[in-house]
Amino acid sequence: MTTDNLLAGQPVLRLAGASLSFGNRTLWSGLDLTVQAGEFIAVIGANGSGKTSLLKVILGQQQLTSGTIEFLGSPVLRGNRRIGYIPQQKLADDGTPLRARDLVGLGLVGHRFGIPWPSTRRRKRVDTLLDSVGATAYADVSISHLSGGEQQRLRVGQALAGDPALLLCDEPLLSLDLNYQRAVSELIDQQRRERDLGVLFVTHDINPVLAMVDRVLYLAGGRFRIGTPDEVLRSDVLSELYGSPVDVIRSQGRVIVVGTPDGAHGHPDGVAAHHDEDHDGVTGSAGSQGLGT
Amino acid sequence: MSGDLWSQIFNFDNYGELLVLLQNSIIAGAVLGVVGGLIGVFVMSRDMAFAVHGISELSFAGASAGLLFGVGVVEGSIIGSLVAAALIGILGTRARDRNSIIAVLMPFGLGLGILCLSLYPGRSANKFGLLTGQIVAVDDPKLNSLIAISIVVVLGLAVAWRPLMFSSVDADVAAARGVPTRFLSLYFMLLLGLAVAVSVQIVGSLLVLSILVTPAAAALRLSSSPVLVPLLSTVFAVVSLVGGIMLALGGAIPISPYVTTISFLIYVVCRVVGGVRQRRGNTGRVGELAGARS
Repeated sequence: MTTDNLLAGQPVLRLAGASLSFGNRTLWSGLDLTVQAGEFIAVIGANGSGKTSLLKVILGQQQLTSGTIEFLGSPVLRGNRRIGYIPQQKLADDGTPLRARDLVGLGLVGHRFGIPWPSTRRRKRVDTLLDSVGATAYADVSISHLSGGEQQRLRVGQALAGDPALLLCDEPLLSLDLNYQRAVSELIDQQRRERDLGVLFVTHDINPVLAMVDRVLYLAGGRFRIGTPDEVLRSDVLSELYGSPVDVIRSQGRVIVVGTPDGAHGHPDGVAAHHDEDHDGVTGSAGSQGLGT
Repeated sequence: MSGDLWSQIFNFDNYGELLVLLQNSIIAGAVLGVVGGLIGVFVMSRDMAFAVHGISELSFAGASAGLLFGVGVVEGSIIGSLVAAALIGILGTRARDRNSIIAVLMPFGLGLGILCLSLYPGRSANKFGLLTGQIVAVDDPKLNSLIAISIVVVLGLAVAWRPLMFSSVDADVAAARGVPTRFLSLYFMLLLGLAVAVSVQIVGSLLVLSILVTPAAAALRLSSSPVLVPLLSTVFAVVSLVGGIMLALGGAIPISPYVTTISFLIYVVCRVVGGVRQRRGNTGRVGELAGARS
């Protein structure tokens, strides 16, 4: 079924000399990023640093200002079936006529026009997906009756429905409690190992995924650093990136960044701020920036 | 006195003959029920109840203008509906914008409609009917146009059902999957415009919500199945409309109180049943403990 074997060790995504500007404001430039199959990369940075815009570029919804981008060796196209997308959790309200299995089913056929006839084969496929994300027990429950963490599990199942080579996660842990943060990030990690998926994981808090990530892409002030967490999450590296003194404190396996000048994505108490849809709003906060809770 | 009042509301003299005479109205009611029940599901999932109300007021304006200028009530109400639907669809992509645009359009539409009606020299029964509904004898051409528009709406919904549902409940993911979400929201608004225009003919512009929203809201209280909800919603809308028309046949009162009352009672029953079921913790979870939500 899958072409995963062909992809093993191959780059899934490649950006070369990529820049993105809006007017005279440059979000990032000269970005060279190669995501290998099975590689987990966390994308961190302040609000407005262009994390979400990077995902939009990969999804084909936003053109690069300059540079090139290739997905599986071809230019990106809008609506590529082999890119799975998991946004932040938004609680479904009562006006949603969908059960858990239907939400996953939309990942299979939600893009298709035509009369929606039922199909046994599709039902089995949905059952398999529900099983792989551990959602079988609530397969027939209305999504408005599910907790945020359960909904995010389904989102993972929905994203896997297209047999993706790359998962794009945009703050998927936001507004989940700590248990669910761990459960959902472990689920994503487990699936990328089983399916050899490339994962780009946008987050304001690296700690829930710190043990899983292979590399970190840190965006700040129009510049960036890429490397392993040990290479990037260091006082000297981030001080240079920000152009002002920044302290990176590692304590009990967690990372806390203190003193960033933008101070814009700090949630020192682990209180998740509401991100607007473009992630361009500036969440006011003190100059101490907790990449941790 | 009270007997007199009762016979004004319910009068079944010569019922058989009336039934034959007004069979077109009953067919129209059944067809409208199907349209309202189906599109109501999307009105609910896209959170557009207020938009329905806004469109119906502009539909009223269009119908009144059609009456005044002799263009025809049906034509006028369709034009009014489509203009309103397009404006709301284009200008109101975000929920907050949408609500303010509707709030701006709605009183303007009502005012325009009242102006046209005041200038109209004809019978006043017609005027009132546009707001509160009427069972005028639906003649064959009118019935045919109503059925034709209804077929357009139902088919239009059916072919785009899944992408519409996807973009309603999960717009970001749908867009990432290549679903043309912007096109679909305009597409849906135009179908909604047509549905409102045909509903205004029967229940009047003030009460359109009772067919385009209440049945779907009631169905959602009982089920979340994407098959069962549209089915129940359609049944509720058809029962409300056909039942309302049949009760109204002999009385001296417009059709709308009957339709809205039946539709409301169905909603109340569904709400109670759904509430009891939820309180018992019966949500369909396998191996669930009552009330536990892990």
